[in-house]
Amino acid sequence: MNVRNILLGCAVALMAASLYLVFLYVPTEATMGVVQRIFYFHVPLAWVAFLAFFIVFAFSIIYLWKRAEKWDVIASASAEVGTVFTTLFLATGSIWARPVWGVWWTWDPRLTSALILWIIYIAYHLVRTHADGGSRGPRFAAVVGIVGFIDVPIVALAITLWRTQHPGPAIFQGGLAPSMMLTLMVCLVAFTVLYALFMLLRIAMKNDEREIRRLKLTRS
Amino acid sequence: MSFWNKALTIAWKDVISEMRTREIIISVLVFAILVIVIFNFAFGETREMLTAVAPGILWVTFAFSGVLSLNRAFVGEKEDGCLEGLMACPIGREVIYVGKLLGSLLFMLAVEAIALPVFALLFNLPVLSPELITITVLATIGFAALGTLFSALATNTRAREMVLPILFLPLVVPVIIAAVKATGLALAGQSWAAMSTWLYMITAFDIVFLVVSYLTFPFVIEE
Amino acid sequence: MDKPARDIPELAIQVRGLTKSFGDCPALRGIDLNVRRGESVAVFGPNGAGKTTLIKILAAIMNPSSGEVLIDGLSIKDTTYEVQRRIGIVSHQTFLYANLTAYENLKFYGRMYDVPGTDERIREVAEMVGMTSRLNDKVGTFSRGMQQRLSIARSLLHKPSIMLLDEPETGLDQRAISLLWKVIRPDGGERRTTVFSTHSLERGRELADRFIILNKGRAVFEDTKHRLDLDGLREAYQRTTGASV
Repeated sequence: MNVRNILLGCAVALMAASLYLVFLYVPTEATMGVVQRIFYFHVPLAWVAFLAFFIVFAFSIIYLWKRAEKWDVIASASAEVGTVFTTLFLATGSIWARPVWGVWWTWDPRLTSALILWIIYIAYHLVRTHADGGSRGPRFAAVVGIVGFIDVPIVALAITLWRTQHPGPAIFQGGLAPSMMLTLMVCLVAFTVLYALFMLLRIAMKNDEREIRRLKLTRS
Repeated sequence: MSFWNKALTIAWKDVISEMRTREIIISVLVFAILVIVIFNFAFGETREMLTAVAPGILWVTFAFSGVLSLNRAFVGEKEDGCLEGLMACPIGREVIYVGKLLGSLLFMLAVEAIALPVFALLFNLPVLSPELITITVLATIGFAALGTLFSALATNTRAREMVLPILFLPLVVPVIIAAVKATGLALAGQSWAAMSTWLYMITAFDIVFLVVSYLTFPFVIEE
Repeated sequence: MDKPARDIPELAIQVRGLTKSFGDCPALRGIDLNVRRGESVAVFGPNGAGKTTLIKILAAIMNPSSGEVLIDGLSIKDTTYEVQRRIGIVSHQTFLYANLTAYENLKFYGRMYDVPGTDERIREVAEMVGMTSRLNDKVGTFSRGMQQRLSIARSLLHKPSIMLLDEPETGLDQRAISLLWKVIRPDGGERRTTVFSTHSLERGRELADRFIILNKGRAVFEDTKHRLDLDGLREAYQRTTGASV
């Protein structure tokens, strides 16, 4: 029973539980109707995207400090998973906005900050592939990972200050009912476990790729 | 010679080198004026519209021409291996960062100093106020601080002209937002207090990214 | 005051277990080298052998992946500036700014190296390389040979005790090459410790006391001028690198 299988089992179980809770258990929200259920995916996706970005930040620092490639592998894997989750966050936000606000996109502080975050993730990957020379890619990506992570809260703050002059529709009046809170929490855990699983798979894959490259070099 | 003397020597070297050919400063200036003029055609239907979009036009101009000049900041060092020559000197990587930063800053401020009066002329707006000058200088410092780091990064990247805009512009969004907002308030004759939030934001950005860039620059130029 | 030398002071350069990898690609796989004060060492090897990497690490332009380098007994990692002050470096790249005049270039580097009495020293080195008449001309107008001469002048500004040269004769004609070597290694007077890489086995043997052949990041051959003649050197090169000269 290795870690991967345990995680896989947990992920499957938790996702199943989440699906049940989101679609069958939790009552329909009063104001927005059925579409509000996206919220239970939208928020955990955002949370994991930010967690992934933090992992990129932390391991970028460790990589620049220690210079062992394994730290860069973790940062790189986290950036990949983070990009996917950010894309999904933006997509679910857009899908949610359409019926509720009548538009596909709104310059809501959260969505706008997420868009910038997404662009920074893309830049992270671009810099890695476009850098001149093998050792520069991970190093440059690490710098982008560090600068980007420090920047995103400032971006969010600036955009929020900017938008308070034109307030968008509030997401929730009042707090969350207990059933909603439960659903949200389960989804949060489910997506975090999913993140961990993807990370494990991706890191293993990258390490295998590294090993193959090393074998090729020593043979030549 | 101290840290600052050496950094200033590097900055001065950049200034003199540029003044000899004047190729960057002229192309950037022409570009800036072109952007202003084109935006005028795009948005200048009525005087009210123009006044409303003026701050945005000004800062888009500065952002794009800033990127244009940053693109060239390290090209001179790459030719003939000058950057390595500098790295062999007993000066430390940080001196190189500060020197290049000061050079780029001077350059951008020079472009802005010429573009602003042109802007005032074309838009009939009170541009030469102490408020606006303060906003411009503060915002340009943040721009140059982070921009110097990414310019060094871009120089060692394929498709370097593309890299800088994609990489760098999203990160300076806070500065651009704050500068646009503050400029709008300044042009409307508002007091310092009214624009204080935005000025704090720009200053905070400046400080944070001066420090972060200073610390990460050595990792970008080493091999 | 100089820091006290930790190791034997007559060894100007000590390299122990030096490795350098660029990502997955190893450029140096463990180099050990001792260079005595005043000694001259030629480094041969095919392209990609690691010659440039070695010299850049000795000049503290690049950091090694592992291993130790001591210059005059001083650690290159801990006392980097002190070490760099003692080293002059000449490369096939000139390190010169094309838009600036020769004088301005020398003044700039004079400042970077804290050279006292810069103006006078500039005139001295310019005379050494025969550039006095062209001090106020822009470097961009110089021929390749003249640029390299100016680069040598630049490297001598701070009176280094150690010279590192990375294929300095690339693109130079015979006259310029002779001048290059005459300036770097004057016949009379004190001999600077010199490490240089070159593709010419003949010239390398002529100018060096000792030679090393690098191949694929390793030192595969080492010998001295007295023990090995040119043919022997050629044969050794062929044998260890599989490349013809």
